[in-house]
Amino acid sequence: MSEHTMGAPSRISLRRRLKLYEIDGVTLLVIPAVLFVLALFVYPFAYGFVLSFEPKTGGMFANYIKFFSDPFLYETIANTFWLAIPATLINVLISIPIALRVRRMDRRRLLTTILVIPITLGTVLIAEGLLIYLGPQGWFNRTLVLFGFEKVRLVHNYTGVMLSLILSGFPFAFLLTLSYITGIDPSLEQAASTLGARARARFRHILLPLLAQGLAINLCLSFVQTFSVFPSAVLLGAPAGATRVISIAAYQAAYEQYDTSMASAIAMIMGFCQLSVVILILASRNFFYRGAAGGGKG
Amino acid sequence: MSIAARDFRELRLDGMCRNFGSLNALKGVTLNVRRGEFIALLGPSGCGKSTALNCLAGLLTLTDGSIWLDQTRIDELRPEERGFGMVFQNYALFPHMTVRKNIGFGLAMQNRPKAEIERKVDEALAIVRLTDQGHKLPGQLSGGQQQRVAIARAIVIEPPLVLMDEPLSNLDAKLRIEMRAEIRRIHELIGSATIYVTHDQEEALSLADRIVVMRAGEVRQVGAPEELYARPAHADVAEFMGYRNQVRTKASGATVSIGGVSLPANAIEPVSDGDAVAAIRPNDLKVAADGPLAVTVESAQYHGQEFYCSGRTADGTELYFMSEHRVAKGETVRLAVAPNRILVYRGDK
Repeated sequence: MSEHTMGAPSRISLRRRLKLYEIDGVTLLVIPAVLFVLALFVYPFAYGFVLSFEPKTGGMFANYIKFFSDPFLYETIANTFWLAIPATLINVLISIPIALRVRRMDRRRLLTTILVIPITLGTVLIAEGLLIYLGPQGWFNRTLVLFGFEKVRLVHNYTGVMLSLILSGFPFAFLLTLSYITGIDPSLEQAASTLGARARARFRHILLPLLAQGLAINLCLSFVQTFSVFPSAVLLGAPAGATRVISIAAYQAAYEQYDTSMASAIAMIMGFCQLSVVILILASRNFFYRGAAGGGKG
Repeated sequence: MSIAARDFRELRLDGMCRNFGSLNALKGVTLNVRRGEFIALLGPSGCGKSTALNCLAGLLTLTDGSIWLDQTRIDELRPEERGFGMVFQNYALFPHMTVRKNIGFGLAMQNRPKAEIERKVDEALAIVRLTDQGHKLPGQLSGGQQQRVAIARAIVIEPPLVLMDEPLSNLDAKLRIEMRAEIRRIHELIGSATIYVTHDQEEALSLADRIVVMRAGEVRQVGAPEELYARPAHADVAEFMGYRNQVRTKASGATVSIGGVSLPANAIEPVSDGDAVAAIRPNDLKVAADGPLAVTVESAQYHGQEFYCSGRTADGTELYFMSEHRVAKGETVRLAVAPNRILVYRGDK
C-alpha cells in the first residue's frame, strides 16, 4: 500500500505512455489489415523465397542456374522489359499533356468517367475487343482492304500486347497525373507568366520540377502494372515468341511442369527486376528534383 | 539605385468589361493612371476589383474595352508580354526555388547576363531587407518574409506597373501595418505606378494617392483619400468609408430629421422628393450634455481611448456613437454632431 502511494506520482500509466506514441484503442483496428498482409503477402513471399532454393534436383541455386543458362527462360526478362518500359513511358508521358489540357475543362467529371471504364473492364475484355476489331477479319482490316490497302497484322504479336497495355494502363496513369497536376497551385504559373515566362518555360521551370515527385510514383506504379502482364500477352500476343514474358515462364513452370520450386525462383527473379527499376526511378527522382530546384536556367 | 520602373506617361483603362457567362463582373471601368501614382482599388468582396487587376495583368481576357500604355494597346498581349509585376494574395512563390532563384526568375526569363541577375537580385533583397535570407527556400520563411520576397520578385524586373492583389490580407495585424509602410516606401523608391486591390478602407486611405471605390463591377467614385473620407459621393460609398449610421429619413434643403429631431445637415446629393439617407460616422456623433439627440444605450465596447456604443432614439432609430466615458446599458445619453458631418444622400435606393 505504502509502495503504491509512493510510486504512483512518479510513474506514468502504460495507457498514457502509449498515448504519447499515438497508440490507443483505435490503433487496434489496424490488426485485421496487418494479419491480411501477413497471410496474403509476407507468408507466401517468404514461402516462395525459401521454396526457390529447394529445387527438385541439384544444389541450392540449381533453379537460378537453370534460368540464367537457358535462353528460352532468361530471354523472357528482356521480352518483358521490352514491353513494360515503352508501355510505361508512353502511358505516363502522354498523360501529361492531356492532363494539362483537361484540368481546365468544365466537364472533367464526364471525361474521367469515360477514362475509368477501361480500368473496370479488365484486361480480358479489352483483349477480346481488340481481337475482334483489329483481327484479320476485324473492322479495321476490312476497312483498310475496302480502301485498297494491305491488311496489317495487329494482334497475336508485340503490337497487340502493346495496344492492350496502353488501353488498360493509360487511364490509370492519366488519373494519377491529373491529380498531381491539379495539386499544383495555378497562381504559380500565373506568377511565372507575369514574370515573362512563356508556356514552354513555365512547363520546364515550374510544372515539371513540381510534378517530378508525382511522375516518379506514377512511373513506378505503371511499370509494376505492365511488368506483370500476363493475360494480354497470352491472348493478344505470341506467347511462344516475341511476347513470351516472364510471367508466362513462371506459369508454365508451375502449371505445365508442376515444378513449383522453379516457378518460385522465376517469381523471385521477376520481383527482383521490378524492385530494381522502382529503386532506380525513386533514386533518380531525388536527383531530378534537386537539379531543377537548384537552378537549371540560363 | 539601379532598380527603377520603366518609363511611361500614362496607363489608360478604357471601358474595361469582363463577363463570366451571364455575370457582368466588370461593367465598363475607365481610369487613367500616371507614372508614380499609387492607386487603391477599394470595394467589398465580389465588386470586381480582383477581376480588374487580373485583366490588367493579362490573366483574364477582356470581353469589351481596351487598355493602353501610352500609345500601345496592351489588352490583347499575353501576361508574359506585358512586363507588369504582380504580387499575389497567396504570394505564389515557387516552392522548389531558393529566394534568390525566385527573385531572379523574371530576369532569367529575359536572358539577362548572370552577373547582372546576381547584382539586381542583391539589390532587390536589400530593398526588401532580406539580404541574409537569399539561400533559403520559401517554406522556411515567415509569412511577412514571403510577402517581401514576392514584392522583390515583382519589382526586380523594373515593371512600369506593379499590381498587388490584397497582399497583406494573410498577415497578422501588427505585420500588416509594418508592411504597409514598406510597400509605400518601395513604391516611392522605384517610381512605378502601383495598383493595389484591397477591401480594407484603412489600408487604402493610408497607402494611396487616389482611391477607386468599386461596387458591383462599376467605379463609384475616384478621389484622394481625404476627399473620399470627408465627402463620399454616394450613400454606398459612404457606408464603405465608415459612415456606419445610415438613417433613412426625410430631408428638405439642408435640414434632415433624425429620431424625430430636425438637424442642419450637409446635402451631398440633391434630395428631390424628401426621401433621404443621412450618413454619419460614429466618430462624429459624440456624447454631449447639451446635444439635441437623446438615445438609450444598448451596448458599449471599450476601444482604447473611447467607447464605441450603440443606442436607440425614442422612435427606434439605431445609432452608433462614441463616448469618452463609460456608459451603462439602458442609460439615456444626449448626442451632438456638427452640421457639416451629417451627409445627406438620395433615399431612392
